[in-house]
Amino acid sequence: MSDTGTVLTERQLTERQLTDRQSNTTEAAVEAETLDEALVEEQLPDPAEPVAEPAATAEGEDIPVPPGAPRALLRSLMGPHRRRIVLAVLMIVLQQAALQVGPLLVSIAIDRGIPALRDHDAGPLIAVTAGYLGCAAVATLLQRAFIRLSGLINQDILLEMRRRIFRHAQLLSLDFHERYTSGRIISRATSDVDAVRELLNEGLQELLSVALQIIYISGLLLVLDWRLGLVSIASAGPVFLLQRSYRIRSREIYRRSRSAVASVIVRFTETMNGIRPVQAFRREEANDASFAVPNAEYAKSNADSSLSMALFIASARLTANLWIIGVVLWGAYLVADRELELGVLAAFVLYLRRLFDPIDQLAMFVNSYQSAAAALEKIAGLLAHEPSVPEPVEAVPLPEQPAQSESAPSETALTGREIVFDEVGFAYRTGKQVLPEFSLRIPAGQSVAVVGATGAGKSTLAKLLARFYDPTGGRVLLDGVDLRELATAELRRGVVMVTQESFLFSGTVADNIAVGRPGASREDVEAAAKAIGAHAFISALPEGYDTDVRKRGGRISAGQRQLVAFARALLADPSVLILDEATSSLDVPGERAVQEAMRTVLAGRTAVIIAHRLSTVEIADRVLVMEQGRIVEDGSPSDLIAGTGRFSRLHEAWRDSLV
Amino acid sequence: MTESPPPAHSPKRSTVRSLLRIWPYARPIRWYLVGSTSAAMVASLAGLLIPLVLKQIVDGPVSHHDAAGLWWPAALLLVLGLAEALFFGVRRWLLARPLSGVERVMRADLYARLQRLPVTFHDRWASGQLLSRATSDMFTIRLFLAFPLVFLIVNSMVFLVGIGIMFALDWQLAVIAVLPAAPLIMLCSYFERRYSAAARLAQDQNGDLATIVEESVLGIRILKAFGRHRTMAQRFRAQARELRGTELNKARLLANLWAVIVGLPELALGTALAVGVVQVAHDVTTAGTLVAFLSTALALRWPVESLGWLLAYSNEAATATDRFFEVLDTPLADAEDRVTSTGPGAGGSRDGIRFEGVRFRYPDAPADTPDLLQGVDLHIRHGETMALVGNTGSGKTTMTALLPRLYDPSAGRITLDGADITALSRARLRELVSVAFEEPTLFSASVRENVLMGAPEANEEELQRALDVAQAQFVRALPQGTDTQVGEQGLSLSGGQRQRLALARAVVGTPDFLVLDDPLSALDVHTEAQVERALRRVLADTTALVVAHRPSTVLLADRVAMLVDGRIAAVGTHHELLETSPAYRELMSGERVPA
Repeated sequence: MSDTGTVLTERQLTERQLTDRQSNTTEAAVEAETLDEALVEEQLPDPAEPVAEPAATAEGEDIPVPPGAPRALLRSLMGPHRRRIVLAVLMIVLQQAALQVGPLLVSIAIDRGIPALRDHDAGPLIAVTAGYLGCAAVATLLQRAFIRLSGLINQDILLEMRRRIFRHAQLLSLDFHERYTSGRIISRATSDVDAVRELLNEGLQELLSVALQIIYISGLLLVLDWRLGLVSIASAGPVFLLQRSYRIRSREIYRRSRSAVASVIVRFTETMNGIRPVQAFRREEANDASFAVPNAEYAKSNADSSLSMALFIASARLTANLWIIGVVLWGAYLVADRELELGVLAAFVLYLRRLFDPIDQLAMFVNSYQSAAAALEKIAGLLAHEPSVPEPVEAVPLPEQPAQSESAPSETALTGREIVFDEVGFAYRTGKQVLPEFSLRIPAGQSVAVVGATGAGKSTLAKLLARFYDPTGGRVLLDGVDLRELATAELRRGVVMVTQESFLFSGTVADNIAVGRPGASREDVEAAAKAIGAHAFISALPEGYDTDVRKRGGRISAGQRQLVAFARALLADPSVLILDEATSSLDVPGERAVQEAMRTVLAGRTAVIIAHRLSTVEIADRVLVMEQGRIVEDGSPSDLIAGTGRFSRLHEAWRDSLV
Repeated sequence: MTESPPPAHSPKRSTVRSLLRIWPYARPIRWYLVGSTSAAMVASLAGLLIPLVLKQIVDGPVSHHDAAGLWWPAALLLVLGLAEALFFGVRRWLLARPLSGVERVMRADLYARLQRLPVTFHDRWASGQLLSRATSDMFTIRLFLAFPLVFLIVNSMVFLVGIGIMFALDWQLAVIAVLPAAPLIMLCSYFERRYSAAARLAQDQNGDLATIVEESVLGIRILKAFGRHRTMAQRFRAQARELRGTELNKARLLANLWAVIVGLPELALGTALAVGVVQVAHDVTTAGTLVAFLSTALALRWPVESLGWLLAYSNEAATATDRFFEVLDTPLADAEDRVTSTGPGAGGSRDGIRFEGVRFRYPDAPADTPDLLQGVDLHIRHGETMALVGNTGSGKTTMTALLPRLYDPSAGRITLDGADITALSRARLRELVSVAFEEPTLFSASVRENVLMGAPEANEEELQRALDVAQAQFVRALPQGTDTQVGEQGLSLSGGQRQRLALARAVVGTPDFLVLDDPLSALDVHTEAQVERALRRVLADTTALVVAHRPSTVLLADRVAMLVDGRIAAVGTHHELLETSPAYRELMSGERVPA
């Protein structure tokens, strides 16, 4: 057996580390992107107070995994394939048997075939040769069939697992997403699935073959000669001990290596994503120095890992060689003493080399099993988490609207729907109260502006209305129907929220607008863009509406992204529109265009507008001023301005800046 | 996201020529490579000799039932067994540290180079593309040096020696055993190549799938707001199915590959066995020889099988090397700089900032579009603050990027206190010009380090002053104050908080020239007013260019320049422009004025 034997297995390990690394990459990139998005306001109880809470949850895994969940998950995934799995196992059992019978046939050929041939009887030789070739053919064909069948089983299991994770992640409520962080959900669906895939693809098949190989060879050795057989099998002891100490050492190194490579990736992406400030502030040399630290640490852990592998392979090989030599010498004595046949010794020599072949593979298997088990546990934890904003069991429909049109945004004024907050209160899971109990009625068709400092609870109010959260007390009613009793599709047709996040999905600009109403025609999309004042900049893009935002979207500015988001909402044509800081990045004309659109295209809709900028308030029929979770002022803009309250002071300061 | 950037002119190199380019990095460890190869050779040869000694034992002492005669071969066997194990250990041990050192140096070089490449380069290349060069490609190259490089040599030698031994033992059997070697190597490398193509496809599809997952999570608010889970789930399902198809194709290729690897040698061995038995029966050869022959043939299976993937892997390593040098061959930003002034001040005069006939277009802009900047002339007097306004996409941010030379104008020139900025070294220029970008980027470091980036030599007092100007008092309430780690590996801050730190970074150390790109966009009304008040004091004696979207920001400036159609259409005070320019009035108040 040569050292190259470990090369192939090492390569499998390599590929696995590579996929690990690549998913790490996406994870880091995603996290970078997530962090770019402004944090959700409620996470900031007070602008002057640091974000201790979300940062703390971001560190530790806070999803408890119910005991037995990983196993139950595995069972439910494998259940539908039970028959195919049994068939596959049968195949590999037969295949290994056919493969391991070779040296035995060699021994028979030498011990029986040669004497028979000398007696001019070719029968045994022909039989043995035919047997050997037959076994080879059977082993080959079974191997081929097994790989195909197990590939089919694995891929079906993985497909189902991916589908479940995806669907479940979509069902989970927003507060879960905010706590769990996108990076971790993404790594559940990517690198963790990859870890399981590696185990299924390489690991299990390998383990099965190796285990069968060891069992068959041990059995054969015992049958050939029980004394030599027992001694040979006893070699498992020291090899196992070596393997265990290697496993313990490598686990520690693997951990170091993973955290080192994570640091390398974070430093790297951070620099490349922030190349402008890096160059503008002449950070190049300082960065070279600080990059050298994780880079060296990574190199060191890589070297340590190679060294520990070298030690294991050398010592295991040494043990194996010494054992083989010992067994062969003893066997030779036995043959010399005529207690053993020559052919049996030959078979022993051939089998022993094979017995020690899979040592290294076993070590690899242990590694991949460990990471797959950890991954499976995390996946099971995610899947076991109950969505906290569940779909209603029995949905209640919204009352019919006289002129509710489902098609294009029309010129005709439509009626909005009435919103009632009925003794609603909201607190975080930690118990921290965000909104003390309050009641509020917004008549159909009214535009309400909500103002207040960061952390006053404006966004929470909006999210309760959009049913991103459920209130901890009281009810939110839409035309008299509790939001919790509405089917999701119905709710989303009725209430649409535009946030300050300006995330664009991959695809064209037109695709991104059409998220508002899939299947909308190009005319509808363009009409929505025109109405919101986005048509000019979109037409100026390299391929207009067909510009791929991922490829050429680098220079679509934050303001332009917000216009796309508005066009999307316009296309959706809801009866209640919520704008959460949706104009923060727009310049004044952009904001004007949005207001214009709301005055014309969305006239008659109920609207809740949350804004830093007081210019937005001008189009509102009514203003709510919030402070520390409470509504402290409520009235028409003109009344409030005329008064002496907070709003009046704010407004005065803002007016001054305009002239 | 997965789109690869335009290939950099280089024609497809041959594998060998690509791999030769690694030499400068491998040179320092060449003796380790030689040592490791020699050790592997010794170990492999020892492994090959073991069956020969076994033959001696079987044919000599064993057949003659001479137990005493076992001692010599036994000792030899022991030596060979020890040598094989030891030298395989040595070969790995020799290379472990040097090789990871090579990887480290290459990665550091790549990183250093990337940091110094022009921003236009980074515009073209997604950071994911660059990252895969720094991680998986480096890894591929290291593995190439560790295995394929060594074993292409060793295995060829072992193969030849093994064939020699087999021919010496029994040339007829040798012919039978060697026959399948050529087709085996060819088939292996054929399947390997197709397999790695399929593997790469699967990897890409996996990446696309990951992208859908990412988007569905990052855009969860939008998907929930519009109730679009189903559309996304359908896209995901379709993509996952496609990946499944590719993976099944991979499994089929693998099945064929293994069938060849298992089948061909077994068939040859079976034939050799039959012929060998006949020969032993006719006393043409001995039982010991047959055993030795079969053992040797078995020992040669690995070198032969491995050749296929060794070659395929070398191909991959060549690709990785090409990708690495694609970056290293790109000229640096300052390659064509002609620095004439490195003195302390910019120019001699107190002339402020001057744009003269500056034109600019992005290199990847479609050919039929006009230049973004079409001859900008603007003079910002010494100590003056100039606000820059204009419609979305009019080129305001681009203008700010020209000052610290993140981009270079395609025509015209920019002077600082009379000195052409291209006559200053980039380092000096960027020391003079301090920038707060529209997108406030914090790095994984403490608040202090993040702020002091703008002026490394500034003291504690200046740090506090900068934080005060930016109204970033929240820093004091952080767990470790200014030593709190922020950025990706630290505490997450809100957009407004990050923007204030970025502003503090720009104003720390009282820079001569200040560029602020919409510095107050993420602040709420209260904070905005406070920052404005403090900022006004800083701006009083700094030459500054401030991009503004709103009247409140414009009021920070002494004068306002309005950018329209790539030119400065008007310059004046806020009130002057309000009176004289309808376009400006529209921009500031949103009131549409009939032309």
